[in-house]
Amino acid sequence: MRDYEKYIRYRTFPSPWCPGCGIGVTLKAIATAFAELDLDPDDIVAVSGIGCSGRMPTFFNTNTLHTTHGRALTFATGIKLARPDKNVIVISGDGDSSAIGGNHLIHAARRNIGIKMILINNGIYGMTGGQVSPLTPQKFVTETTPFGNIEPKFNIADLLMGAGATFVARETVNRMKPLKDVIKKSFLHKGFSVVEVISNCHVNLGRRNKMKDPISMTKWIAGRTVTKTQYDKMTPEEQDHKYPVGLIHENTSRLEYSELYYKHIVPAAQEAAKKGPGGAAFAAQKNTITYRGSK
Amino acid sequence: MEDTKKKNRKVLQGNIIVAEAAIAAGCDFFAGYPITPSSEVAQHMSKELPKRGYDFIQMEDEIASLGACIGASLAGKKVLTATSGPGFSLMQEHLGMGVMAEIPLVIVNVMRGGPSTGLPTKPAQADIMQARWGTHGDHPIIVLYPAFSNELFCETIRAFNLAEKFWTPVIILLDEVTAKAHEDIELPDTKDLEIYNGKTKEIKDLNIYDRNIGENPPRVDFFQGYPIHIDGLEHDAHGWPSSDPENADKMQKLRMQKIYHFLDEIIKFNEYYMEDAEIMVFSFGVSARAALPAVEEARELGIKAGLFQALTIWPFPKRELRERFKKIKKVLVVELNMGQIKYEMERVASDDVEKKSLLRANGIPFTPKEILEKIKEF
Ligand SMILES: Cc1ncc(C[n+]2csc(CCOP(=O)(O)OP(=O)(O)O)c2C)c(N)n1
Repeated sequence: MRDYEKYIRYRTFPSPWCPGCGIGVTLKAIATAFAELDLDPDDIVAVSGIGCSGRMPTFFNTNTLHTTHGRALTFATGIKLARPDKNVIVISGDGDSSAIGGNHLIHAARRNIGIKMILINNGIYGMTGGQVSPLTPQKFVTETTPFGNIEPKFNIADLLMGAGATFVARETVNRMKPLKDVIKKSFLHKGFSVVEVISNCHVNLGRRNKMKDPISMTKWIAGRTVTKTQYDKMTPEEQDHKYPVGLIHENTSRLEYSELYYKHIVPAAQEAAKKGPGGAAFAAQKNTITYRGSK
Repeated sequence: MEDTKKKNRKVLQGNIIVAEAAIAAGCDFFAGYPITPSSEVAQHMSKELPKRGYDFIQMEDEIASLGACIGASLAGKKVLTATSGPGFSLMQEHLGMGVMAEIPLVIVNVMRGGPSTGLPTKPAQADIMQARWGTHGDHPIIVLYPAFSNELFCETIRAFNLAEKFWTPVIILLDEVTAKAHEDIELPDTKDLEIYNGKTKEIKDLNIYDRNIGENPPRVDFFQGYPIHIDGLEHDAHGWPSSDPENADKMQKLRMQKIYHFLDEIIKFNEYYMEDAEIMVFSFGVSARAALPAVEEARELGIKAGLFQALTIWPFPKRELRERFKKIKKVLVVELNMGQIKYEMERVASDDVEKKSLLRANGIPFTPKEILEKIKEF
C-alpha cells in the first residue's frame, strides 16, 4: 500500500468521472499531500458542494460531508468555528464556488477562516452536461452559449485577493508535483487558503470547442500556463488568455478567524460579564463551564 | 414563601426568553443573519455564548447561517438559528439537508406579513405551510408554536429535546407580537429542567444510518475516531450515495417513522373549557391568546365554547381532534392568515362537523370581541 492509499476510501469506487478527467489527478494530489503531512484521517473533514468535483470527498477515507450546490464553505465555517483544531478542507467546482457560491467565497476570504479550499476550475458546469460558468473563457461554445460566450470570466485569484484572502495559488492538472506541493503548502497556512486547479473537461467543454480528448485539452492548458514572472510582464489582453501558476499571494500576518474569536471575543465577553449584573456569580461559576465539543 | 418563589421572576422580551431557554437547553452554537422581528435572538446570543466559551457568528445570509449550523452540529454542537419569513424562505434548501442527513437543530421563525418583504413589523401566522412543506421532497417535520411567555421558554427547551431525541430539525414558530413584547415570566430553576442529549459517542460499526423502523440512526458526529460520510444525496446504511429504488424506499420510511411512531410524545396542546364544549375554537399563537378571553366571555353568555390551543402544529393533532369531533360538532378555526390550517381542518373534521373560520392577513391581530362575534354566528 502506498502512503496516500490510507486516505482513499476504496469501498465507494467506482467514481462517476469520465476517463481522463483531471479531478482524479487532483484527488491523488490531495491524498498525497495528506500522506506527506502524515495527518490523522479522523482529524480531517473534507466538505464539498454539488458537481463532478463535489463527488470527490466520498472517496476520501476521512470525515466527509457532501452538501448543497455552492454552499460547502458555509458548512465548513460552522465546523471550523466549532473545532478549530481540525483540518477542514473544501473541494469545489468553478460554478459551485464562483456562481452560486460566490457570496460565501468572498466572505470566507474576508473572514480569513482557516478552511483549505481546492477550487477545481474546468471552465464549465460538468455534472449538468456543459453549460457556461463564470470561469468559462470568452467565445467558448457551451450548451447555454451556442453562439459563443460573451461574458468575461472572473480572475478568481484577483477576486480573492480583493476580498482579503491570505493564501492564493494556482496550478494545473498537468503539473502533478507542483500541484501536490502547493496543496501541501496551503494546508500548512493558518488562515483561509485557495488553490485553483486548472483542469480538463474534454467531454463537456473540449468536445464543443475542437478539443474532444484529454490530450488536446491538457495541451491547451499547457499552452496557457505561464509563471507569475512571465505573467506580470504581459499586457492585460495577453494576460486574459493565460493562467499564471504557483503561489500568487500569501499573507501570514493576519490572525485566523477562530483564533481571533477565542483569543479576543471570548475573553472580552467574559470580562464584560464579570462587570455586568450578576458578575460576581458569573466569575465564581466560570470554572465549572463545560465544553460539549472538546476544543 | 411567596417572595423566595418569585426570585426568578423577570420581565423579558419574547425573543430573549427564547434565547435564554436555548442556552438553558445547552445550545452552544448560533449562526444567523439579522431580520426583523427576530434579531434580538441573535443579539442576545452574541453576548451570552462567547462568555461561556461558545460560538456565535453572523453569516452572510440565511442559507449560510443554516449551513454553518449543520456543520457545527456535525462537529458536536447543539445549534440554533433565528429568522423571519424571507430568511426562512432562504433556509429551505438546508432545512431539507438537515432532514436528509438527520441533523438535530432548532430554527426559530418569528413570522411577519408576506409574501416577499411584505409587512416586516406586523404580525402574521403566515408560514404555517412553509414550515410544513417549504423544502422540496417528502419529509416529516416537527413544528412547535408557543403562545404565552412561559410556553416560549418551555417549548424552546422541548424543541431542543425533540431535535436530539429524533435526530431532526425542529422549527419554532413565533408571532411578531409575542416575540417583541416584554412580558412577565417566572424562569424555572435550571436544575429542574429536563435536558435530553441524544448524541452518541459510541461507534458500533460503519452502518451509521442502519436501524429498524421507528429507531434513530446510530450515527456519530465527526472526529469520533471513525471517519464517516454524511450526504445530502439519498444514501445507504453507510451514508454512501445510493440511487437504488429499494434503498430509497427504505430510507424514506425510516426517516418518516422515526417521527410518526412517537406522535404521543411529540404532539402537545392545551385545552380550555373543553370538557362539555359544544363549539371548539381551534387556534394557536397570538390568535389563541385572543381566543381564550373570547371563549370565557362566551361561557358567561351561556354559550358552551372551548379552546383547543395547538402547541405542536406539525405533525397535526389529527387523532386528538377526530376523537373530540365524536362529540363536538362545531369548530371555529382562528388564524392570522388566509386559511392555511382551515384547509387542514377540512381534511381532518368529518362532514357532519360544521366548520367556520376567522381569517385575515393585514397585519392586525384579532381581538377577543371579534372572535366572540364569530362564535355567536353558530
Ligand atoms: C440549487 C441547485 N441549483 C442547480 C443545481 C444543478 N447543478 C448540479 S452540479 C451544477 C454545476 C456544477 O458545475 P461546477 O461547479 O463547475 O462543477 P463540475 O461539475 O464542473 O465539477 C449544477 C448547476 C443544483 N444541484 N442545485
